[in-house]
Amino acid sequence: MTTSTNARAAIATTAPSRARGARRRADRRSTATGWLMLAPAGVLIITFLLIPIGLTFVLAFTNARLISPEPAKFIGVANFTRLFDNETFWRSLINTVVFALVIVPFQSALALGLALLINVKMRGVNFFRTVFFLPVVTSMVVVSMLWMFMYQPNGLINALLAKVGVQGPDWLGDPRTALIALILMSAWQACGFHMVIWLSGLQTIPADLYEAASLDGAGPWQQFVHVTWPGLRQTAIFILITITIAAFSLFTQVNIMTQGGPLDSTSTVVFMAVRTGFQQQQTGYAAAISLVFFVIVLAVSLLQRYLTRDKDLKR
Amino acid sequence: MTATISHVADQSTKTGGELPGSHKHRVRSALGLLLRLGLSLVFGLPLVFMIVSSFKPDLQIFDDLGSLNAFLPVGTLNLENYLGVFDRVPFVTFLLNSVFISVSTVAFGLVVNSMAAFALSRMYFRGQKVVLGVILATLIVPFETMALPLLWWVNTIPYFDGSQGWLDTYAVQIVPFVANAFSIYLFYQYFDSIPKELDEAAKVDGAGWFRIYRSIIMPLAGPAVATVAILTFLPAWNAYLWPLMVVQSEELRPAMVGIDYFKQLNVSWGQIMAYASIITVPVLVMFIAFQRAFINSIASSGVKG
Repeated sequence: MTTSTNARAAIATTAPSRARGARRRADRRSTATGWLMLAPAGVLIITFLLIPIGLTFVLAFTNARLISPEPAKFIGVANFTRLFDNETFWRSLINTVVFALVIVPFQSALALGLALLINVKMRGVNFFRTVFFLPVVTSMVVVSMLWMFMYQPNGLINALLAKVGVQGPDWLGDPRTALIALILMSAWQACGFHMVIWLSGLQTIPADLYEAASLDGAGPWQQFVHVTWPGLRQTAIFILITITIAAFSLFTQVNIMTQGGPLDSTSTVVFMAVRTGFQQQQTGYAAAISLVFFVIVLAVSLLQRYLTRDKDLKR
Repeated sequence: MTATISHVADQSTKTGGELPGSHKHRVRSALGLLLRLGLSLVFGLPLVFMIVSSFKPDLQIFDDLGSLNAFLPVGTLNLENYLGVFDRVPFVTFLLNSVFISVSTVAFGLVVNSMAAFALSRMYFRGQKVVLGVILATLIVPFETMALPLLWWVNTIPYFDGSQGWLDTYAVQIVPFVANAFSIYLFYQYFDSIPKELDEAAKVDGAGWFRIYRSIIMPLAGPAVATVAILTFLPAWNAYLWPLMVVQSEELRPAMVGIDYFKQLNVSWGQIMAYASIITVPVLVMFIAFQRAFINSIASSGVKG
């Protein structure tokens, strides 16, 4: 899940305008072959991506049900009024936003720290990179089961805490700690991914910049502030956006570990959409939730465009 | 596009004019090593715990929690948990389903997406730019936003045999994920970096576009193929939300969704750890064997064009 959602956001900035070299008059046969080669991907993308996206906007205003003998009827904004009156929806939205607000700085800083630690010439650095990356190739389903076990009241984490004299909470059973538990675990799983992205950003910074800074007497911290950080701006924006969108898509962990509980304290927008659209088969209502989600994602990526444009102007 | 992760000059030896042999330098590198080791424990130990516990009876797992034994293969070790897994669920079926679904998604995906990218990158025809623009625009839409409308849609459209709806088939777990905008983009970027003179030369020799694609460009696209294969395989293997919704029959269920069986009646953590280990270890082994390709493919997802 991580790779695909993160990857999707990657391109928002790159835009379609790519300078084409010698642009030539297309001959008819080449046009036909071109469309023929595009056709399989094109048909699939239209059928399974563009139409469903379009359907979100239509279904949200209907009473469509997943399995129903009667055709869907247009019901105006009724789904939305019902949604905005629903306390669980607001709870889920707040949880999702809190999850994003906490995990975005936490995970990106942790990932940057890891990247800095392995961006050195040192024996064994490959080993550390591999270990930090292991959770990324482990599926979120497995990670969720594993951490669910570790989070048990008498589980591994509390046993370790007891060793240092701390009485651990019932992590997933207490509404005050459940969301925090999910955040810690999700950051553990995904931060190796962003470590690699930070690392590729770090390696675009020319080494002579560090040499010049060090000749000027800059210490490690000053080098970080004046050389490293400015050189990572693009990477930082990309990472913030991808973590934010992944955070808003939060589902697997919740479905496996908490089912949204206790007391809706871990319910999320996607979890609610699945519950209503799949379990309760209310497709129209779920589409309304998806539409709200879609608007949030759109806002986040517009923000990304705005931030990148800002940077281009400065240059 | 294939951003390679190499190790650039050591910044720590250049800082603050410390000489490599000095006392301060040695203290600092010792601290750095400790920090790295500590973090490796944080990221590695939970997985060690999972694998080690899969060989222990439940009673012993809990007995060992308070000590280092939790991470060590000590005490009663046996394959009971694994046998229990096979008893409890049709495990072989689940695993073969996962393999079949992921491999098909990757194989079809490589062909379909590279062909589309080839047309967009190396040929010239009208409407090309619009197509590319639309494909790139869809990249920001996370699957989760359209999962529910897509569920309704695949339940509405006719299946190959004319019956209504795709639910509960292999096809519904594969076909929607074959064409992938990000894969097209990665191939597109890579193809653009291959000199166009090659096509010209081939055309002089009488090769058609399909021939150029198959015999010239694809053989040169190894790194892009590896990247796309990895970035397609992982989400396909790990798919959870989608199969959870579209598959009802046991014989079509992939391994990730199968884990839900273990949360029902009398939970055995040892069995859960065994199940989790068998569906994880093959991927971990693949990762360790093809590390460079894995890491480079992730790195390339962050590279901007």
